[in-house]
Amino acid sequence: MSIRRLAAEQPEGFAFTSANLEWAEAQIKKYPEGRQASAVLSLLWRAQEQIGGWLPEPALRYVADMLDMAYIRVYELVTFYTMFNLAPVGRYYVQVCGTTPCMLRGAEDIKDTCRKFIGEKDRVNDDGMFSWTEVECLGACVNAPMAQINNYYYEDLTPEKFESLLKRLRAGKDVEPGPQDGRQTSAPAGGPNTLTDPELYANDPSGPEPGSAGTTVIATEAKRPASKREKRPR
Amino acid sequence: MPKLIINDVEHDVPDGITLIQACDLVGVEIARFCFHERLSIAGNCRMCLVEIAGMPKPVASCAMSVNDLRPGRDGTLPTIMTESPTAKKAREGTLEFLLINHPLDCPICDQGGECDLQDQTMAYGYDAGRFQDNKRAVEDKYLGPLIKTCMTRCIHCTRCVRFMTEVAGVDELGAIGRGEDTEITTYLEHGMRSNLSGNVVDLCPVGALTSKPYAYIARPWELDKTPSIDVMDALGSAIRVDARGREVLRILPRINDAINEEWISDKARHVCDGLRTQRLDQPYVRRNGKLEPASWDEAFGVIAEKLKGLDGARFAAIAGDLPAAEEMFALKQLAEQIGSPNIDCRQDGAKLDPGLGRATYLFNTTIAGIDNADAFLLIGTDPRVEAPLLNARIHTRWRKAEQRLPIGLIGTEADLTYGYDYLGAGPETLAEIADGSHAFVKTLKDVKHPMVIVGQAALARPDGAAVLALAAKAAKTIGALNSDWNGFNVLHDAAARVAGLDLGFVPGKKGLDVEAILDAAGKGDMDVIYLLGTDEIDMDRLGDAFVIYQGSHGDRGAHRADVILPGAAYTEKDGTYVNTEGRAQMTARAIFPPGDAREDWTILRALSAVLGKTLPFDSLQDLRARMYEAHPNLALLDFIEPSDAATITKLASKPAKTGMGHFDLRIEDYYFSNPVARASSIMVSLRAMHADGSEKATGTDG
Repeated sequence: MSIRRLAAEQPEGFAFTSANLEWAEAQIKKYPEGRQASAVLSLLWRAQEQIGGWLPEPALRYVADMLDMAYIRVYELVTFYTMFNLAPVGRYYVQVCGTTPCMLRGAEDIKDTCRKFIGEKDRVNDDGMFSWTEVECLGACVNAPMAQINNYYYEDLTPEKFESLLKRLRAGKDVEPGPQDGRQTSAPAGGPNTLTDPELYANDPSGPEPGSAGTTVIATEAKRPASKREKRPR
Repeated sequence: MPKLIINDVEHDVPDGITLIQACDLVGVEIARFCFHERLSIAGNCRMCLVEIAGMPKPVASCAMSVNDLRPGRDGTLPTIMTESPTAKKAREGTLEFLLINHPLDCPICDQGGECDLQDQTMAYGYDAGRFQDNKRAVEDKYLGPLIKTCMTRCIHCTRCVRFMTEVAGVDELGAIGRGEDTEITTYLEHGMRSNLSGNVVDLCPVGALTSKPYAYIARPWELDKTPSIDVMDALGSAIRVDARGREVLRILPRINDAINEEWISDKARHVCDGLRTQRLDQPYVRRNGKLEPASWDEAFGVIAEKLKGLDGARFAAIAGDLPAAEEMFALKQLAEQIGSPNIDCRQDGAKLDPGLGRATYLFNTTIAGIDNADAFLLIGTDPRVEAPLLNARIHTRWRKAEQRLPIGLIGTEADLTYGYDYLGAGPETLAEIADGSHAFVKTLKDVKHPMVIVGQAALARPDGAAVLALAAKAAKTIGALNSDWNGFNVLHDAAARVAGLDLGFVPGKKGLDVEAILDAAGKGDMDVIYLLGTDEIDMDRLGDAFVIYQGSHGDRGAHRADVILPGAAYTEKDGTYVNTEGRAQMTARAIFPPGDAREDWTILRALSAVLGKTLPFDSLQDLRARMYEAHPNLALLDFIEPSDAATITKLASKPAKTGMGHFDLRIEDYYFSNPVARASSIMVSLRAMHADGSEKATGTDG
């Protein structure tokens, strides 16, 4: 963490798109009269999404005016919460987790890869495709090391896998989020190593077929409701 | 009344207070940085940690209510130990952490000698720090021409942020960033847009916010401290004048809960550089159209010649906004001796008449009474400019109200820091309120203690007297006049005005008021006009009259004068001032007047002897004895005589035929509203900042 300042170069102004404006007004209505300022975080987040990952100064004033807040109060918020970016980010904004478990599992190498492939930390690279930063624990320690790219987690990284992942992103190819080593979410890396005795499931009609533990578990996992998978990108 | 054992002694303490307050009450002092009685509780400095029996960890006493403590398992009372080894060690640890990022620059810090951190380090500090790494460094912030910042020294107590939000009523300051990177700043570092911002300097427990004009001027122990009274507005805020040698170096607030609590406005605080410049330090006489230095004898001689055999009706005296009661009393006596009924202390032309009773020109509810009011009707006033601390009280009342506080304004719309209903512009709206037909009156059905505050803008008009009567009628209509509550208030903005009205410094029988005096002067019917610190009248209307100006500053009056008699400013004399509530208070002499300037009453006494109409007093005691005899209320220092609601009821029954038009803003140029302020370079930069925000370019950014 470091001192956070507004970007030196700022756009002229900011306004919500009509869809976002409608959404924002609905958000504001959630709160009782006189407490509209409670909507500030969700509005700021939507503004950041609209602009493409960062908050320019006019957006702070726009949201403050919308909620009848003092500018300094909004300024306090966006400098406090590190998920608000105050300077432009790349089209793919890479947040590498550098907290202890990830660090022990090789986050330093991931960061080196970022430096090599993208460039200096907190700078948008030349073609505007990437920028990266180091963040505190993202809560995916089981799959360390990991990084968040835009809205998705990419886990179980190695420098090589990570670099090829970034290359595929740059080329506009499809990249599946989640563990990059073929592992099922946060299950043991080499497949299940407990509760593998088929006898356990012999009398359980809801469980997997006898003799098909292990892989079947993974297979059932894989058949999660389609709706959940649809949310994944590309 | 919870019972507590504090340091082995059992105490009964009031409900609802915090532990730190309870300890203060019983005389046990607890160190603190962030806690301040008049601000909300933050609990973030952790300096006030105490040990409570049964609690696993030390407790921040500022954030713990005395009602939340539980007795011990054996039924002993809650036991607080402020000096136990645990408590002491906790505080020592807190202080060591605070000092980790605090620079050791006390020798070059303006807070040195009056610094909470310095003092508490003497009590709780280790002899050497154990911190080996680099200290934090923070960029300094620009907060306007009054406040110098050295943000590396900041310990993030957030007192300044809370003051600006809660008392001053403007969300200007904030804490940005988090943790170690927290910084106090305004939005994009614009100057603080408030006329109470100077108070954050007093609140800052370290040297992060210090006074910019006072930077590197003096150490606190070099200064002579004189308790006095402010005259920049009519509240009579309690101040302390700090002087060294013949110069006033700074002005600080004193605590007076009835008036200013412990704040003062920026104008009261920083006007002191105006006491050094533009001063009249010797008499002047106009010869051949040019003012030339003269001796006192020459100046008096010229006046005596002019007044010889003069018809009293062709002499007039006007008192300005700043003179004390003593000199107005002396001038009134002198005018009587000369035989002139043409005296007036209302240079703005306000239609206030002491003959109607004292309650008709006083702030009857009292300033502290605002805390009990539950509705406000502001008539022709912008209290934020006319009396900033009074506005802060209303703001506090508004902020603490559980439901929406009905506040109505008739006059010119302005940002008052609190929400109000704009009712209308002028007397027509007031008439609707007075006859009860206005919608606002209906919202006041359940209120018990409404206040009507009439500003001078509503009274300094040709129909001012009618407006006053109409306002009294409105007060009656909305139920502001009860046996136990007088909600009719006149808000003055000139420090001298109420004393002038008390003294009856108004036209006598067949006497002319200011308007008439100026008209007569323009027509050549007035030969000699005596201006006692009068600078806010239109000097062009004085015509060819012979003008004597007595005052402290070479301002509008002195420019027009034919004879200038140099007087003393409010820091240079013992003078009685009566504030807008009718509370008589005294200033005290902190320094001597410059050069040949004299205390004002002595000038009038000396002049009267030259004129052969010697005033009957030879000392200030003599003068006061006579003044008190004639006007006993002036002798009751710091006391308010209960006001008489019947006077207002009587006033309300007077027929009120008002004119049209809206009530203007009373003070359009707040930072330039009197001669002392106009002489102050700090007021110039404040004025520039508030006008267009271009203050950074004026070179005051030291």
